[in-house]
Amino acid sequence: MVARSSTWVRVSISNSSAIAKVLGIETEYGIAGGPDYDPITSSSIIVNAYAQQGRTRINWDFDGETPDMDARGRVDLTSFAPVVETHLANTVLTNGARLYVDHAHPEYSSPECRTPLEATLYDVAGEEIMRRALGIANDSLDVHQAITLYKNNSDGKGNSYGTHENYLVRRDLDFAYLIRAMVPHFVSRQIVVGAGKVGAETEAAIEKSPPFQLSQRAEFFEEVVGLETTLKRPIINTRDEPHSDAERFRRLHVIIGDANMSQVATFVKLGSTALLLAALEESGPESFPAMPRSPVHAVRAFAMDLSLRETVVCDDERSRSAWDFQNELWHVAHSYVERTGGEVVGGAEEVATILQQWRELLDGVRDDRDAVADRVDWVAKLRVVEGFQRRYELGPHDAKLRAIDLQYHDLRASHSLAQRVGLRVICPEVEVREAVHNPPPSTRAYFRGQCVARYPEQIVAANWDSVVFDLGEGPLQRVPMLDPLRGTHALTSELLETSATASELLAALDR
Amino acid sequence: MSERERIQKQRTERAAETTEEVSVDATKGDQLKADLDDLLDEIDEVLEENAEEFVRNYVQKGGE
Repeated sequence: MVARSSTWVRVSISNSSAIAKVLGIETEYGIAGGPDYDPITSSSIIVNAYAQQGRTRINWDFDGETPDMDARGRVDLTSFAPVVETHLANTVLTNGARLYVDHAHPEYSSPECRTPLEATLYDVAGEEIMRRALGIANDSLDVHQAITLYKNNSDGKGNSYGTHENYLVRRDLDFAYLIRAMVPHFVSRQIVVGAGKVGAETEAAIEKSPPFQLSQRAEFFEEVVGLETTLKRPIINTRDEPHSDAERFRRLHVIIGDANMSQVATFVKLGSTALLLAALEESGPESFPAMPRSPVHAVRAFAMDLSLRETVVCDDERSRSAWDFQNELWHVAHSYVERTGGEVVGGAEEVATILQQWRELLDGVRDDRDAVADRVDWVAKLRVVEGFQRRYELGPHDAKLRAIDLQYHDLRASHSLAQRVGLRVICPEVEVREAVHNPPPSTRAYFRGQCVARYPEQIVAANWDSVVFDLGEGPLQRVPMLDPLRGTHALTSELLETSATASELLAALDR
Repeated sequence: MSERERIQKQRTERAAETTEEVSVDATKGDQLKADLDDLLDEIDEVLEENAEEFVRNYVQKGGE
């Protein structure tokens, strides 16, 4: 975990095996209301409300946010001073997450997790953290200034904000392989994990006037591969910021997902993607379905096709529907698990559950949608939309239907429609409450969160791959954490338990 | 038990009592319809009253 320890052992990577799929989700929440209706002010109020109820405020350290930084940790600990951002609210939580203002939205970046189920739990904990922040903030505001938060991805007027997944992959995996193997998944997975949307909001989509789309995000994608996230959004994002040892690791930054209210959908989204990445690392892209010839057309056309029958032509001359892609990809993942057990993604039981749920959702959206309305967000939302249409004889573009769409994602229990449609719960409340405060045990997030909880007065800043201490005398001391799988409970809990102060901890790390 | 839960329970019991008279498929379909009706009632109670204004006022800056 700590680069300067002489006993530090590298996790060896053999030539053709998959590595642990450390993963997590960052979510920008939609925000409305607040003093002056200014979203930046309101977002800062939300983040500060939560940060100030804790014992201290620990700033995010922006060093390491640049891809050209020496990420290998071979630096003198005192050689560079941390830069602390003070303008916008930005903080590190005791569960290892980052809570901050990004552009004009409050954002929760989950801690690094070891399995899809754990990452789902920490995504749900993020919702709970936002809900608590909202409660604290609104207690101090006049009723007419009350803020509301939405876990969604667009305002219905052409403005979109992201829910990004991150997956640890091998640095030596050819990036062209990543594109080749994963584009088919990213254009088609919306049929099981799309959050659904009433209408359309970008020029090309408005022309087609769809009453409903499977995905919030699909119509915003304009490129196959690229670095952008806000303009000309690409299906595969090339941002190369590993936040870890860049010689060994890449962080695949997936910007094409929807924010899910369904816990099962989040779990299947993360689980299916992690299994496919592991299968790709293990045996290359040959067994994956061919790329659609026009991926941007495919993702947009699939989003508007509620029949799930529309096909696109692929590089191998075959035509495939989104369902065909997902079916083939499920078999790729299934066969990978049969060969290897899939333990780089999760335990045997968890991996079996991923495959089973993915299969059930896939068959359900085609054959029996009522059977998956408790797990597929777009099905649950569409059921209510169509129900209201019938009951009140509403046209397809009625404002009431758009209101249902928006309010589905409202975080307030008093208003949330998602909480009323009977979505299946897989993260028990007691575990969510624990995850609000405590970090996951099996990644470096454990060390980060524990340091923030135990030594708040001595930490001046932290980020994904380091924690910076100020002991009051001498220079600031940075503890690097370049391996996401070090700094775990197993490796550091004894050290933390026996270090009553930050000085003792740093002294012990130096030994 | 809330009023709603009580109603839901009564409906469920009523539905259960009639299972002998109708085919399994019809019962399942009726049950789904009854459940959806309950859900729509519940959503009607909490849905923003002025949908037009609610939707119009929700404007976000792009993010990411």
